[in-house]
Parts: sequence; structure tokens; C-alpha cells
Amino acid sequence: MKLDSKIPGGPIAQKWETYRSEMKLVNPANKRKFNVIVVGTGLAGASAAASMAELGYNVQSFCIQDSPRRAHSIAAQGGINAAKNYANDGDSVWRLFYDTVKGGDFRAREANVYRLAELSTSIIDQCVAQGVPFAREYSGELANRSFGGAQVSRTFYARGQTGQQLLLGAYSALMRQVDTGKVKLYERREMLDLVLVDGKARGIIARNLVTGALERYAADAVVLATGGYGRVYFLSTNAFNSNATASWRCYKRGAAFANPCFTQIHPTCIPVAGDHQSKLTLMSESLRNDGRVWVPLKKEDCKKDPSSIAEADRDYYLERRYPSFGNLVPRDVASRAAKAVCDEGRGVGPSGLAVYLDFRDAIKRDGRQVVSEKYGNLFEMYEHITGESPFETPMRIFPAIHYTMGGLWVDYNLMSNIPGLHVLGEANFSDHGANRLGASALMQGLADGYFVIPYTIGNYFASYPLPKVSVDHPEFAMAEAQSRDQISRLARVGANGKTTVMEYYRQLGLIMWEHVGMARNQSGLKKAISQIQQLKQEYWENVKIPTETETHNKNLEVALRVADFMELGELMATDALERNESCGGHFREESQTPEGEAKRDDQNFAHVAAWEYKGEGQKPALHKEPLQFENVHLAQRSYK
Amino acid sequence: MSKDLRNYKLVIWRQASPQEKGGFEQYQVDGISPDTSFLEMLDILNDRLIKQNIRPIEFDSDCREGICGACGCLVNGQAHGPRQKATTCQIYMRSFENGDTITVEPWRAKAFPVIRDLVVDRSSFDRIISAGGYISVKSAKHADANAMLIPKPDADQAFDYATCIGCGACVAACPNASASLFTGAKISQFTLMPQGRVEREKRVERMVDQMDREGFGGCTNIGECEASCPKGISISAIATMKAEYLKAALSGRTESNASDGAM
Repeated sequence: MKLDSKIPGGPIAQKWETYRSEMKLVNPANKRKFNVIVVGTGLAGASAAASMAELGYNVQSFCIQDSPRRAHSIAAQGGINAAKNYANDGDSVWRLFYDTVKGGDFRAREANVYRLAELSTSIIDQCVAQGVPFAREYSGELANRSFGGAQVSRTFYARGQTGQQLLLGAYSALMRQVDTGKVKLYERREMLDLVLVDGKARGIIARNLVTGALERYAADAVVLATGGYGRVYFLSTNAFNSNATASWRCYKRGAAFANPCFTQIHPTCIPVAGDHQSKLTLMSESLRNDGRVWVPLKKEDCKKDPSSIAEADRDYYLERRYPSFGNLVPRDVASRAAKAVCDEGRGVGPSGLAVYLDFRDAIKRDGRQVVSEKYGNLFEMYEHITGESPFETPMRIFPAIHYTMGGLWVDYNLMSNIPGLHVLGEANFSDHGANRLGASALMQGLADGYFVIPYTIGNYFASYPLPKVSVDHPEFAMAEAQSRDQISRLARVGANGKTTVMEYYRQLGLIMWEHVGMARNQSGLKKAISQIQQLKQEYWENVKIPTETETHNKNLEVALRVADFMELGELMATDALERNESCGGHFREESQTPEGEAKRDDQNFAHVAAWEYKGEGQKPALHKEPLQFENVHLAQRSYK
Repeated sequence: MSKDLRNYKLVIWRQASPQEKGGFEQYQVDGISPDTSFLEMLDILNDRLIKQNIRPIEFDSDCREGICGACGCLVNGQAHGPRQKATTCQIYMRSFENGDTITVEPWRAKAFPVIRDLVVDRSSFDRIISAGGYISVKSAKHADANAMLIPKPDADQAFDYATCIGCGACVAACPNASASLFTGAKISQFTLMPQGRVEREKRVERMVDQMDREGFGGCTNIGECEASCPKGISISAIATMKAEYLKAALSGRTESNASDGAM
């Protein structure tokens, strides 16, 4: 496998502009001859489908939900970064680029990140033109805030529902193209396979989730925008249906999977309340601006009413360990610190897996009114879920899986190593390195969809001969038969199995969280690999599912996804084992400073780890794409 | 975590397919913690049904935090259940007493045909948006975002209308099964913003016409929609929509006018 990142030459600030002018174009009259499949309708997928249709390509758009408007981008709360420098506080494209490379702990490609920072300003203009109701000042200008520890105010937002508003903007652009007839929408469809003809991506097999029928779709290129794989942990802030199946099936068809072990854990989520729980709810990071994080100094105080614990018996561990950043340390640092105190037995709440986020001092200082204006809606949300008011008693929070930086490997054109297969948004690996900064996910999804793929797809069409392919091609029949076999096998096992999909899914989640979660070590990772292999074997012999395959059957859908999650989980552990350094969200206990901080190993690991599928039961092959840092100098992150 | 586990009797609408006749079935669900969400309670019931070889209850849900709009059913006759300004996934079992009987039905509306059990087809909403719920700009270089000033009160109000999650509770709660709150919210959002005013006449005409074509009923100012809306969208959206529709008809700038009635 050859991994050519295709990064254009020239100084970093001119790469994209020069490349854009040099890319091949498709004649406007010829664009209607090209068909593109776009899988997923989140920020990346909807914006890509709409933008390509506007150019004149015929787009087929697929989503697993009943409407494209429900993709999980909708749940993003905080905001979207853009280097507009409206706040006049010294922001610039360069600074956003620098922050993103550094925040990603030097494991992203400089050229991709620079382009992202450059495009960020156009995204805001685009969204405003679409009628996205961003927050505004009394002057009528757009409001900005600082977010996730950034030293400048570059985050645009729409109250706590920025993802929703941006997605509805992209969705409306998509629906406009549905009206013009340039986009054909396929809802309640799940991509089960990628079809290759002569080594190029030429179509997909999708399952109609209402009728259960397997359907074939052919095109000249396939664009995957199917999101991340956080649900491999079962419990996460991701939506219930978010899954990795589309990406995973592409991997099995030869697409390289890059940095699968790079996962992000968000420090401020509502802790797990019991075995019934199906998802974790994120509480905005902004709470750490005024809330103080603590646990009792003494284990024996952990079960006491927090208000009865004296000041001297409280350990404000973030303020103690990181005096200059305090409660505002980055997500990975805050998460690990919470795990450390819980591991010492000083966690609070019924499970002992939680820390306090206390607003007592903020209420005393600013008054209940002020605190309520800032955080009222979050406090309300917390109270609805837990039954406790943060005005009366400290919140309990714990880290949860939130985002995955790894994904399918792509080059500068956002094309995978399979010609014609393009991957956008969270589904690719490209821009966030080992740790994503707050308010950067929305930026990347929209940059990829509105402003990168519309250019690079044309370059692809103009560069390769693409003879017409129809769904009658034998490759389609073969791929369809494989999907059908897998479904019937599962249904056969499911008829007499004993353990339900959800029971297996929870077990997988526990293994992943325990060994491939916030802190990882060699023996744990090895254990995870063997436990997952065992679980997988058992799954295929004993899973219990409702066996109707030709109808709406949610359990069967989930069963197929869980089968893929097990395999992906194993690859994540394999990648984590191979990467014997700590960087960003990946913390290897073997690689830390005497104070317990993450220690990167640039000598041995300044590369992208791209894995190639080698067949069932075979160890995947590791390919390394070296990373060069010519503009931002390698430095250890410090928040002390 | 409270340890007082509770028992419920569920009366749930079962319908295997759009063609088949549906009916209510009863299920006893015991040992439920009050911290369980309503949908998690259904998850638990489903796992138990699957083990007894009984077909599980099909229902839509995704984000499980009240923002995607996928979930929704009538719980004891109320759209999304007993709590105001909440989706079904945001209902917790502590809202019910131990021993309660809970009736669960799908959204009932001609324009939302049942697919299976509690799953309904809401693609009519997408078609209404497709008819005009957008601003016709391309993905391209636009004027700097701050070149257009929008008064904060207008932006705030536009946002309030834009928070619609497209769940369909307004239709389910309305005795006429009208989609006026849904359609009106999108029209109101764009009416409040300068970008949206360019195409206002064409938009309102096309969206309202599509709404009628889908088989939604008319609005007779009952107000159940506002009361059941999980996002608290104001019924004033409907007044705006009606006013816009009238103004558009009189403006001579609608599509039917321009194309001489060809629409």
C-alpha cells in the first residue's frame, strides 16, 4: 500500500490557493454526466451534497435517520471557530493553525490544518448568507466568545445549539437541491458495503431499514461522511445510531484506517447512573469557567453530604496541580486528573466514579441571578436528568467518550487510498491530530463539505478515465451476496441465541473503557485484544436477535453494527499498543513524566499510523506516514 | 441513585406494517429505577421480549438528549409525555408513580403514516422544507458576515423559531393534525432576517401549498401545538405565516403569479 499525501509544494500559506488554481476542471456541460454518492447528512455530508449538486453533479444522498436533518452534528453545543479576528484580540489564520497543530499534540498534517484555518472565515460568511441565526451583539454584529481554553475569542455560536443551527443551514441547502432534482434523497438507508470496479470506488450496497431489502447504487465517486466511532465504547455522548459500519466496510475493502486509537474524552459529562443507561449527556465545557472541581481529601468523606465537608478537607485537585490554568486545563488533562482521583478511591456519588463541579463560590461571589443567567439552562438540564439542583448541591461529573480523531486515511484531496472514495468530517483522520480543540469539529465538517470537496472531486473526475458502470456489474452482485450472507448468518444464530445484542454491546463497551479508555498500558491492551476476540466468537455463536430480516428490525440493525464495532475495537487496541507514547487523547502509562504528565516521543512516533486490512484473523499491516513540522516547532504541551 | 425500583403496566400500540391492522397490547415491566429514561425503560422491556421470542417494540430515537427530533410518541395521550418542553427521550420514570398504567401510541396523523409500532413516516416535513425552507444562496464566497447588521432582538427571535427540531409533536397534538407551527416557525425565522426577505413571497406560498398537499389539516387557533412543543415555539409563528401568505398573494411576486398560474 502506498500512502501519498499529495501535499502541494510552496510555502504553507500559499499551498491551497496555488493548488486550487492548478486543479483540473470539469466543463460545466459535462458535470451533469457525473454521479456522486454521498453517505451521511451531517455537517460534512449535507454541505458536500448540496455544494456538488449546485455545481451540476448528480448526487445521491443517503442517511440512516428518517430525515437528513437528524444527523448527529445536530447535538453539538458550544460553537464554531473562525479566524475572523472580529474581537481585535490578535487572532489570525496563522494563530488558529498554530493552536490546532499544538492542541493536536503534533500528530496532524500541517498543510491540511493550515487550509482548515484559512477556510474557517468563509464558513461564517456562508452560514450567515444561509440565514443561520448566530448570536449577535446589540450593534447587530456577530458575537464571539473564547472557548476551550483558547486565548482569543474566535468562537461563533447560536446559544447552546450551534451544531443544530449549522446543520439546519446545510440541510436547507441540501433540500433546495432535492427540490431542483439534482439531489436524490435516500432516507433510512444504511451503507453495508463499498463496491469497487477496477480498483475504484464505484458504488455502494445499502440496506433499506424499512423493508430490509439490500439495494445497489452505482456512481462515479463515493463520498463518505458518516461520522466517528465513539459508540464502540457503548456509553458515549454520541447518538444511539452513530456507528462505524460504513467506514469499517471500506476498511475491509482496502481503505487504510488511520490512528484508530486517537479518541477524545470530554471531562464534563453527567456520570453513569446505572446499568439501564444508554447514553451519556455532555454538560458544556463553559461550566468550568465558574465551577470548581474537587473531591474529598479523605476517602471516608466520599459518601458524605458534600455541604458537610469542611473547606480544609476538600481537594481542588486541578487548581492544585495546574496553578496557572486551574479548572480550565484542556479536555484530556482534566479527564485524566478526574480518573486519577477516582482510582485513588476518592471519587464521589453512588458509583464512586464522579467528581464534584461546585458553583457554591460563584454563587457567593456573583449572586444566584448572575450564575443563573449564564448557566440556567444547563443547570435545568442537569436537574431533569439527575433530580438534583446544582444551586443546592454540587454537580457530579465524569469524563465520557465524545469524539474520535482517528478515521479513514485521506490525502490532501480528502481521498482515501482507494481512488474515488473520499472521506469527510469526523469520518476521516486528517485535521485534529491526537486531540481536537473545542469548537473545531463543526469547522472541519463544513470546510470539507462546502469548500474542499467541490474542488477536489472535479479534479478527480477530470484526472481518471471513468467508464460507465451499472449495478448489473458482477462486483455489485458479489458485494450484495456477502452482505446477505452476513445477515442470514446473524439471523440464524439469533434464532436460538441466549444473550441479546445490547448485553454484548455493553460488555464490549466495558472492555474498551477499562483498557482502551483514558489511560492505556501494554498488559491492559493485550488483555483487551484477547477479551474482544473471545467476545466476538461468542457473539457469533450465541447472540439473540429477532430474526425477521425483510422488515423494520432495529435490533438487527444494531447487531450488524456491533459486529463491526468488535472488530474496530480490536484494531483500536492494536494501534494503542503499537503507539508506545502519550500524545493528546492517547495516554500510555509507560510514557509519562515523573509528575504523571503525558510524554510524547517524537523520535519514534511523529507519524500517522495507517492500518491495512489483511483478511479475517490476520494481523493488519501498519504503514507509517511521517509527519514533518516545518512551521510549528515541536514542543511539549504544558499547562502548569 | 434511588434504590426504590418500580413496576409499571404498559399498554402499547402494536402494528406490524402499514397494511396490517394495529391494536394495543399489555406488558408488565417490573424493577425499573426512577433514574431510567422512558426510552431506556422501553429498551429494557425490549430485551426481555426478545428473550421470550416476542417481537420487540419498534420506535425511533437517536441523540437521546432532546435535540435530534427522532423520538416521539403519545404517552398517556400527551405528545412526548407528561413533562412540558421535553422530548420523549427526556422523560424519566420518576415522572410516574409505582404501579402506574402507561399508554403509548404513535403520532396519529394522515400525513404521518405508521411504518411499524411507534415508528411513523415524517418525510412530509422534509418535503415542506424542500418547497422553500431555505435561502437560495450557493456555497461560495459571500460578503463578510459583519457587512450585514441584524438587530439583536431580531436575531434572538429568529433563533427561537429556528430551534424547531421537526419532531412532529405539534401535528400529533393538534386536533386538526395541522403542520402550521412547524411551517410557520421556518417562515418566521426567515422573515425576521434580511437574508430571508428576498424570497419571502415565493417561500411562504410554496411551503403552505406543500403543507396542504401533504394532507395536514388547517389551523383553527387551538394552541395545542405550542403547549406540546418541546422547544416552546410560540404560536405567533402561525400568525406570521398567515400574514405573510396574505401579503405574498397581494404582492404579485409569488411564483404562481410570475409563471401565470402554472404552479
